Amino acid sequence: MQDNRMQPIVRAEQVEKRFGTIHALAGVSLEIEAGIIYALLGPNGAGKTTLIRVLATLLKPDAGSATVAGIDVVHDPVAVRNRIGLAGQFAAVDEYLTGREAVEMVGRLYNLDARTARERAAEVLERFSLAGDADRLVRTYSGGMKRRLDLAASLVGQPDVLFLDEPTTGIDPRSRLEVWALIRDLVGSGTTVLLTTQYLDEADQLADRIGVIHEGKLISEGTGNELKDRLGGAVIHVDVADEAQEASRAALAVDQGATGTITLPAPDGPASLVAAVRTLDAAGITPTDIGLRRPTLDDVFVALTGHATEPTQPGNGRRRGRRGRRRRAGGQP
Amino acid sequence: MSSHSRPRRAHVSPVHALKDTVVIARRNLLRVVRMPQLLLFATVQPVMFLVLFNYVFGGAVGRAIPPAAGGEYLNWLLPGVLLQMAAFGSTQTAMGLIEDLNNGVIDRFRSLPMARSAVLAGRTMADLVRNLFVLALVLALGYLLGFRPQTSFVPLAGGVLVAMMFAFALSWVMACIGLAVKNSEAAQPAAMIPIFPMVFASSIFVPTETLPDWLRVFADRQPVTRTANAVRSLILGEGALAPSLTVAGEVTAAVLWSFAVLVLAAPLAVRLYRRAVS
Ligand SMILES: Nc1ncnc2c1ncn2[C@@H]1O[C@H](COP(=O)(O)OP(=O)(O)OP(=O)(O)O)[C@@H](O)[C@H]1O
Ligand SMILES: [Mg+2]
Repeated sequence: MQDNRMQPIVRAEQVEKRFGTIHALAGVSLEIEAGIIYALLGPNGAGKTTLIRVLATLLKPDAGSATVAGIDVVHDPVAVRNRIGLAGQFAAVDEYLTGREAVEMVGRLYNLDARTARERAAEVLERFSLAGDADRLVRTYSGGMKRRLDLAASLVGQPDVLFLDEPTTGIDPRSRLEVWALIRDLVGSGTTVLLTTQYLDEADQLADRIGVIHEGKLISEGTGNELKDRLGGAVIHVDVADEAQEASRAALAVDQGATGTITLPAPDGPASLVAAVRTLDAAGITPTDIGLRRPTLDDVFVALTGHATEPTQPGNGRRRGRRGRRRRAGGQP
Repeated sequence: MSSHSRPRRAHVSPVHALKDTVVIARRNLLRVVRMPQLLLFATVQPVMFLVLFNYVFGGAVGRAIPPAAGGEYLNWLLPGVLLQMAAFGSTQTAMGLIEDLNNGVIDRFRSLPMARSAVLAGRTMADLVRNLFVLALVLALGYLLGFRPQTSFVPLAGGVLVAMMFAFALSWVMACIGLAVKNSEAAQPAAMIPIFPMVFASSIFVPTETLPDWLRVFADRQPVTRTANAVRSLILGEGALAPSLTVAGEVTAAVLWSFAVLVLAAPLAVRLYRRAVS
């Protein structure tokens, strides 16, 4: 017998998925050890949802392979489904059931008998502070309550691996902290969590490991600190007048964005800063501000992807993905 | 690399598939119970047809109907309206599936170790129960309006059964349309494309003898006419049929048609479902 602890609980090898001409996943390889929180961090359209859908057996990869709990997701999807829970990017809740009915139904579909389903449902509803509202119709729930109900439903089968696609999107900051606490709690009881997020602080504070995904590729991976260390101990931040932006970026050889603060790695600390100042001076540019600081995950992200990330606090007007818009087209009854 | 671990392949057993179907059907029916206005509208429409057609066409068509209807157009009309109701009601299958697809409920189902077939079977089963309920309401309201079956209870029940078989088969056709179109605004008119000619160029509202010859070629042979004939003759007796037709013949044709439609539509719906969700 092989030692199971040596096996990653989630493993993806060169997973590819194409939608027409879009290469949603362009060869993603990934290993997640059991009992941790792993965050997939990436901007809109990076391929986060697609990867989750492949791992949760909703989507067959075009190439590559993936296993969850040692089981191949393509060859034996039913066995995989017995071991996983999924809360999708948009809460999939039945408006016309009560919270309790909705969770019990999911329990029954995990093949629990009626009594066990009832007990487990009561348990998870309690855990997600929904016990008091359990017998109300879900359509009367607030957005945050629906989100929590969706999470509760994904737990009723006591999964080994829980996939959470943007679990804190669309909920207020207080509920967000609550959800974080619940996720930490779960991992404490042995579940492995793979979550996606566009928020750096979420990945930084919650996850044991972070994979940065961009344009269908996993471009970097490690703990938050490891990722920061990869930029060296420090970064240089440079502010210049608007009209000098382009020239400065050219002089410093950075190809991120076109406006705002310029950040660049400072592998040699102060020596790098001096070099940067000289370069700018040689180009006839005087920065309005320049200095050295510890890198944040934000810097890592910008350095890796050339993109700024979403604001760290989820705002109300946050844009929705493709699926979200389609869904809303149906209108409310 | 993982060639050593070959886990036991887990299947969903037929018993579990049946249980899952019941769980899903129950969920769909709860929705109907929680929104009784759905049922109300589902009932109002056929009753409106019943009343309008009875008074608008009753005078003109009344003379053309066979004496087995007891001289009442309403008696002739009601068995047809049961089928019309089944046809229009079946579009709900498409609507329900599209809604589930678009709000992520089906994704959730597909991540669970449940039978795939249960999503479709649970939907069509629930629609069958809903249809049966609406049909009973229409029968009762028809009775209040003056409808009287001309046979006994057993053939009447047989007529209801034949109508329900047809409704069930049509539900699967509508499941196909819903899964192919995937958009509720588009699915509604798309569903009407087969329904309108089938319902109106049939014996639902008038005896096909009153139609022009070229239309009769289609009307006399198509499933809605055969099924309407079967239901009507079970409720009113053989005299309600054209002289060349028999109750046994029409019932056999109706059952075979429902069966044929089901055998074609159900596997197609399953295939479209697979395609729609990946
Ligand atoms: N069913 C589909 N059909 C066509 N294109 C798709 C489909 N699903 C995803 N895509 C495309 O694949 C790419 C990756 O999408 P994905 O949903 O995985 O991104 P994401 O990282 O989850 O983004 P977001 O943060 O917006 O949720 C996008 O370009 C998207 O438009
Ligand atoms: Mg996504």
